[in-house]
Amino acid sequence: MSSYSIQSQNLSKLFGRRLIFKDINFNWAEKGIFGISGPNGSGKSTLVKIVAGLIAPSSGKIIHKHSAGEIIPEKLHNHIGFVSPYLVLYEEFSAWENLKIFAKIRGVSFNVEKVNYYLAGFLLDNRKNDLVKTYSSGMKQRLKFIFALMHSPEVLIFDEPTSNLDEEGKKVVYKIVIEEGNQRVVIIASNEVKDLELCSEVLLLENFKG
Amino acid sequence: MIAQAYSLFKKDFHSELRTRYAINSLAMFIIVAISVILFSIGNETISESLTGGLFWVVIFFTAMSGLARAFVSEEERGTTLTLQLIASPSTVFSGKLIFNLILVFCMNLVIALLYSALFEKFVIQNFTLFILTFILGNIGLAVASTIIAAIIAKAGAKGTLYPVLSFPILLPLILTCVQLTLFSFDGTSFEEAQFELAIVVGYDVIMFTASYMLFDFIWKD
Repeated sequence: MSSYSIQSQNLSKLFGRRLIFKDINFNWAEKGIFGISGPNGSGKSTLVKIVAGLIAPSSGKIIHKHSAGEIIPEKLHNHIGFVSPYLVLYEEFSAWENLKIFAKIRGVSFNVEKVNYYLAGFLLDNRKNDLVKTYSSGMKQRLKFIFALMHSPEVLIFDEPTSNLDEEGKKVVYKIVIEEGNQRVVIIASNEVKDLELCSEVLLLENFKG
Repeated sequence: MIAQAYSLFKKDFHSELRTRYAINSLAMFIIVAISVILFSIGNETISESLTGGLFWVVIFFTAMSGLARAFVSEEERGTTLTLQLIASPSTVFSGKLIFNLILVFCMNLVIALLYSALFEKFVIQNFTLFILTFILGNIGLAVASTIIAAIIAKAGAKGTLYPVLSFPILLPLILTCVQLTLFSFDGTSFEEAQFELAIVVGYDVIMFTASYMLFDFIWKD
């Protein structure tokens, strides 16, 4: 079982003078599916980016801990799998090349069996050698899930995970979310009722507007 | 970290081979710039000092036309976030620096070869000094261009901002390299050029250390 925990301490974010959210506190540990919800512009993507260490909060702190102690920001990317509509993969490479490049840059071994398993699971195995620029938006979204899962991170952050997906794609994603939620921390930022129904706890950003 | 930075360099190298984003613009700029200089001087013979100066002018503007690619292309394609999710800032900086170093060396080698073939006064007397100037100058140019590219990548008017920001930062390097190139033309000894060489070495060390320390803050929003 994972001993990973993410703790938010009085997290606030301002863009210029505009307050996005204020004093968010939570402690998500070990495993489970946790949701972040709120209307458009409420700061869902901003919050997940702060949790992933991609942007800094205006005040407060996010602490990632595992069995060996607190994780330093420099190493945080190795512990996180991230999917979002605004994530872009390298279009001049094929799906297979993209995944191989990511493994090499991360410094982890490229597990062919695992990648093939995910490619089959996300219905991309027959297109794995095609350039990503020839993919539909739904296929690109499914490839992003493999990108997020292939290095077995302790935390999975899914920002609008089902956007651009058809019913079949959504089914695959929900299956993965439930499976992964039984082993690690999964964070979903979404407004979709079906996405949030999977969560054991939902953070409503309207409640943190000061 | 070195292996990961090398993997990032390889990714950029293969991406460049497929997109030809930087190579084409650099090659075109070199050809156009040298052609314009040759047309403008016509049959006249230009002095050694002017040849040396024009050599570094072409190097500076060629660098400005292609070296920003390292970060600007990631930003334009929207892949910056992807890179932030797979690599630490030090890996990203090192990978991009390796790419720019190799690009600068190849580009300047072509410029030097064209100059030696086309310009009468481009005659090197002290070859060791020229090679040393060339290597140290290229390192300084690559390091400064890489960190400036990272700074301007998120800005709106990247094309204008890059040379404008680069000019004051690269001026001490370019001026010293011009002087050292002239020394190599007139056969000045290594000992007499020590002061200028020390300036270039100092510039490279300071620029590399400052860039490495600053990159974390530039890379993350």
